Parts: sequence; C-alpha cells; structure tokens
Amino acid sequence: MITEKQASQAVAKILSSHKKEKKNLIPLLQEVQTKLGYLPKKTMQEIAGFLEMPAVDVWGVATFYNQFRFVPLGKYHTTVCMGTACHLAGGRLILEALERELDIKVGETDENGNFSLERVACIGCCMLAPVIVIKDKIHPNMTPFKVEEALVSYKQETQREKS
Amino acid sequence: MFTVTFEEINNRAKSEWAALQKGSYILVGTATCGRAAGAMDVVDAFNKELTRQGLEVSVIQVGCIELCYADPLVTICKPDSLRVVYNNVTPEVVPRLVEGYIVGDDPCLELALGTLEGDGEEGVYIPELPKFEHELRLILGRCGYIDPENINHYVANGGYSGLEKTLKMSPEKIIGELKKSGLRGRGGAGFPTHRKWELCGKAKSTPKYVICNADEGDPGAFMDRVVLESDPHQVIEGMIIASYVVGAEQGYIYVRAEYPLAIERVQIALKQAEELGFLGDNILGSGFGFHIEIAAGAGAFVSGEETALMAAVEGRMSTPRPRPPYPAELGLWNKPTLLNNVKTFAYVPLIVKRGGNWFASNGTVGSKGTAVFTMAGKVANSGLAEVPMGTTLRELIYEIGGGIAKDKQFKAVQIGGPSGGCLPEALLDIPIDYDSLREAGSMMGSGGMIVMDEDNCMVDAARFFLDFSTKESCGKCTMCRLGTLQMLNIMEDITAGRGKIEDIDLLISLAEDVKIGSLCGLGKTAPNPVITTLRYFRDEYEAHVLEKRCPARVCPELTAYYILPDKCDRACEHCVLTCPTEAIKGGKGEVKIIDQEKCSKCGTCLEVCPPEYNAVVKLSPVSSLPSSNLSGKRARK
Repeated sequence: MITEKQASQAVAKILSSHKKEKKNLIPLLQEVQTKLGYLPKKTMQEIAGFLEMPAVDVWGVATFYNQFRFVPLGKYHTTVCMGTACHLAGGRLILEALERELDIKVGETDENGNFSLERVACIGCCMLAPVIVIKDKIHPNMTPFKVEEALVSYKQETQREKS
Repeated sequence: MFTVTFEEINNRAKSEWAALQKGSYILVGTATCGRAAGAMDVVDAFNKELTRQGLEVSVIQVGCIELCYADPLVTICKPDSLRVVYNNVTPEVVPRLVEGYIVGDDPCLELALGTLEGDGEEGVYIPELPKFEHELRLILGRCGYIDPENINHYVANGGYSGLEKTLKMSPEKIIGELKKSGLRGRGGAGFPTHRKWELCGKAKSTPKYVICNADEGDPGAFMDRVVLESDPHQVIEGMIIASYVVGAEQGYIYVRAEYPLAIERVQIALKQAEELGFLGDNILGSGFGFHIEIAAGAGAFVSGEETALMAAVEGRMSTPRPRPPYPAELGLWNKPTLLNNVKTFAYVPLIVKRGGNWFASNGTVGSKGTAVFTMAGKVANSGLAEVPMGTTLRELIYEIGGGIAKDKQFKAVQIGGPSGGCLPEALLDIPIDYDSLREAGSMMGSGGMIVMDEDNCMVDAARFFLDFSTKESCGKCTMCRLGTLQMLNIMEDITAGRGKIEDIDLLISLAEDVKIGSLCGLGKTAPNPVITTLRYFRDEYEAHVLEKRCPARVCPELTAYYILPDKCDRACEHCVLTCPTEAIKGGKGEVKIIDQEKCSKCGTCLEVCPPEYNAVVKLSPVSSLPSSNLSGKRARK
C-alpha cells in the first residue's frame, strides 16, 4: 500500500505531465487508476480543478465507463470473463463459484484487501472459455472445481504474508 | 532537411529480412490468445535452452496464425529446410525441439501440426488443410509470420509501398480505386467506404481528423485485436493513405482498454513509423504531414457507435447523437472526421497497390473482397478465418472450423454478437455477405461468430445478449434504457419458469418498439437475438413457458441434478467431498443423494463423478425427479 503522501505526489506528477485539455480527462483517470488502483473522490476533485471543469462532470464520466472503480482493489484482483463463449461454456457457474469461494460479491473487495472480484464483458480469449484472470494471469478452461484449485495457491500466499 | 527515400528504407528492410532467412529462427505466437495458453513460458524456455547450448538463434514473438485451438504455436524456420509448425507446445518439449531441429536435422514431426512447405510426405502440409483451402488471406496473410514489433519485417514484405504509391497519385484517383473495389465498412453496417472518404474530402472546414475504430466490443469477437497484435502497420498505413486523401493532419486509434497488448504493439508501431518518416510533418519528403495518437477506451460497448466514439475521444460520456450531420461533415470537435474500422483501413494499402478491380474480383455482387470471422463456442477448431465474401456458413463452420466439438449436434450460430441473430441449421447454406445475413435477421456485425450445440439453451442465450445490451445501454433513449430492461425482465421470468404464454407476444411487440425508439445501433439491434430465437426456436420458449422445461437443461431454476442409484458406486465419495455446498449425503457404502434445497447447481458432482460410473445426470423439468429425491431424505438400500 502506498501512503497518502506518496499518492498525492503521484497524482501531482500525473497532472503535470498533461495539458489542461478536456480530452485528457479519460487518460488522466486511467493513469490515476493504474497508479492507485482506484479513483479516490479527492483525486477526482483535483482533476476537476486541474481541467477547470465542474467536479460533477468528472464524476459523470468516471461512473459512465466500466473501467473505473471507486474502491481499492484486492492484492489478487480477479476478473471473470462473461463474454458469449464463456457464458455458453458455463461462465455463470464460474462466477458463482468465485463468489462462494472468496465470500464476496462481484464489485467487492474482501475485508483484508486480499481478493477483489469483477466481471468483464470479454477478454478475447474465446477459444479457452471459460476463463478467469487472477492478478493478470489467465486461467483457461475453468470449472467450478478448478476455481477452487486455482485459488488455493493464492490463498496460501496471503496466509504466508500474514504470518 | 535530409530525408531518406522509400527505396533506401525498403532496401535496408529487405536486406535485414534476407539476413534473417540465412540462419535458423524460431517464431512463437504471443498474441493474447497464445499468452493465455502459456506462450511466454515457451519463449523463456527457448531462450534458456539456446543460451545453455550457446546457440545464436533468434526467438521472435509474432502474432497469431489463426489456429487458436492449437496454441501455443511455434514455427521453426531453417534455411533450405521445411518450416515446421508445432502445436500446443509446452516448455518441457522445448529442449527436444532445439536438440532435434535446431542442432540436428530431425524435424520432430511427431510433435508437429504440419509443415509450411513440402508435398505432404512429411505429414500434414498445412496450406492444404481444409481450413486454408477455403481461405483467402488478404489482411491476415502476414499475421504470425512477421515480427509485429519490427517495422522492417512489414516493409520487407510489401509494407508501406501502398503509401509510397499513394503519394504519387491524386486523392481523386484513390477514391476512384476504392469505388471500383466495392469496399464496404467492416465495422458491421457496410457503408461504402469510397463515399465516406469522398464526403470527408469535400468538406470545407479544417482541421480534419481520421479515426480508426478499434473498440471491438462484441463479446466473442477478437479479429481486430489479432490484426493489431499481429500486423499493426497495415492499419497505420491505411490511415495515412486516408489522411492524404481527405486532407487530415491528426489521427486517433481508439482501442479498448481490455486489449493492453494491442495498445502496446500499436504504440511501438507508431514510434517506428515516425522514426522512418512514414508519420510526421513531412512524410517521405512529400511535404504532407500526419500524426497518430492512441486513445484508450475505458470500457463502454456504445463507444463502437461512431458519434459515441468521438464523444469518448473528446473526453466526454460516450453517448451517440442523431445523424445527420454525419461525422464526415461534423465530427470530432465539430470538424470533418473520417471514421473507419480496423479491417477497413487494413484493406486500403492492398487496394492501392493492386487496384480496385483486383479487390472486386473476389466476393459477391454486393459484397466484395473477404470477410474476417472469429469462430468460438462449440466449434472444434476455434480461431480466425478470412474467407471470400459469399462463402457459406456451412463451409465456414464445418470445413474451416472442423464441425462441432465432441461430436455434438449443431443447434445455432450467432453472428454479430448482441446486435446479431441466431441462425438455425436450415439457414447454414446462405452465403456470407452483408445483404443475405440481414435478410435472415442477423447481420455481418464486426465478424464474431459463436457456434452453439445441443447443450445450449436458446432462450438463455437470447437472455444473455439482452442482459449485455441492457447493461451497456448508455441511457439516452428511453426505449433502449427501459424497453430492453422490460424485455429482460420477461426473459428472466421465462428462464426461471415464471413465464406466461402471452409474454411471447409482448416480447415481440416490445422488440419492435425498442427498434423504432432508439437513436443508435445499440438499441436498434438489441432485440435481434430475441427476435431471431423466437422466429427459429419458438418451441424452446414454449417448453420453458408451458412445461417448465429447459430442453438443453441449462436454466438452473428448471433443472435438477440427480444421482442414478443403480450407477452410483457407493464406495466412491468424489461428489460428497467436492460439493461446495455440502448438499450430497450418503456415507461409505451408501448411494449418494443430492439435497435439492442445498444444491447450488454448480455441476461439480457431474464433473468429478468418475467416467466409469457416470452416475450424475441433469433432469428438466424439476418435477421429473423421483419423489424420494425431492424430499431430500436419505434413502438406504
């Protein structure tokens, strides 16, 4: 986790690398999210100030697009592909299995900040359906049973880190 | 200022390519699909093994050669020897391949998918696979054979010569070639490309913009991703030609954020094109200048619509606006803007080089050239295919795709994603072109094709697409925002067994209203999956409504898992131990029984039940369960 001070420095650096043009709003939000993992309210207000536009417009754009989130992600961010091929191959069952195993709902992060769960429309790996992505690693041809297996090593790692 | 001529660039690229051919080199397909299958581990394994053996052989990361089912794919190229393609390569076999074919002369054919040359004596001759016999690879031709991160590979294989030729032609002449070619927009709607270019060229206002739409949002479609990851320069070259014709100075490639590798490779390609003078203030010394920036999408399906896309580039909420005025007159920042799909731009250099008539010699009367499809779902060999327009769906699915996986029965094919329609077996012989597909109630769309088999429920599939469109509706038009939601509620009722027979007529009438009452393509086409499944698979809707039965046993509320007592081994406890909700009862030596109250219908028991027993089955309707099972009581034998 980065401290609040580091975060505000990072945001300042991102802002200074862009021109004050409205077309830079989405790239700014993207860069902040890449750096911080989510969009804090305070930062969105800063961006509004920087681009000299009402904060509500920044909020409108940020909430319009699927990419942006407003809560921090877990260490092991998990995305479930809910594209057509994945759906036909049982994507719903995979999603349910993940919700059950991680004990969180889609869009949530668990209380320890370890796992977060998100659904995406299609990651374009349809020949490997159904797929999930855990911390940038694609797990192909999933079944509810394999979900359990795939999570074991990540769960062990979080245990190790704790102790 | 000193400028390098195209001839010099071309010569340099050709000699680099020729030098490469003098030695052995290894191609590994590392597009997103290859990576998902483990291609990066294979790359590492090759580098490690080559270093260990002290061999100087380059391992080149290439794009996709369309055989996604066989990923990770490796091709070993050797001077004066056959090029051999290996499928499903794992790091474990890498030392064997290096020892066998790099060091020695054993092509390891037992590990190979086939060869790219030869007479078939050495095993499969890949160009003669049924798939490639049907294909005509115009824009996929270089994919998987050149390094997408090395511009010289593209130039050495004919790249940027279309641009060089363009600079000696008049814009009118190029529009004339486009007109002769009959090229229509590959984004789905099929608007004649030359007319768009002409309109934008004639527009008086300046500056003008060129935008490439790479917001491939249809779930199940990935050909734009493959083109950008495997051979990005052809798209860039097409955009530069377009800018020359319409008189634009600035271009944008709008790529969806879900494609990080495509963004990375396009970024590298843009930088290299600038370095060689194909982009910049003075392109190839002609005095004409053009710049391209990437605009990364932030995840909104509606951004695929051109006016919504331009709003996104401007940094606003991505909502469409009425047309006319068309973007060619009033587009980005209210300036004339030419907007085309990735594949449309990719065809342009070829048409310039080889002429409009050549392009028009392929395809049908109304649809010229080739169509690029991605095939996924229940097809045996999923992947990409580029076929002449007019190829039938049957040829595409059965000969190129190898038929249905696991010997199942074909049920339907969905073309065009959430905007398209589901077509049944009876329509498989229609030719693929813009007009035939529209007549059948579907559409070309961007080219995503999903094959469904007997295990797929058509009502559930239609509900899935509608759910997608409802979530992605931007909310501007009432009928799209609320009408699709109302339709979705009805579809959910039907799949959950709460449907009424009059709901079917209500669905049809709502579908018509949503089509009429929506401004853009999203709403206008959102009802298509429901309309076509109702037209071609009405019996499935009726089974859900009247019998509370899901014929494919997919809809969870209408389906139950059941363990056949006479097949259950009793001694085995696989299902009991793996059931995530502890719904299966029965100790050692007892027949296992599923407690229907607790069952989450995840299917794990069916998956883990050893094939020699095969005791778990799915039943629909739920009322067909034996009464002993419904009560959840333990039955002893």
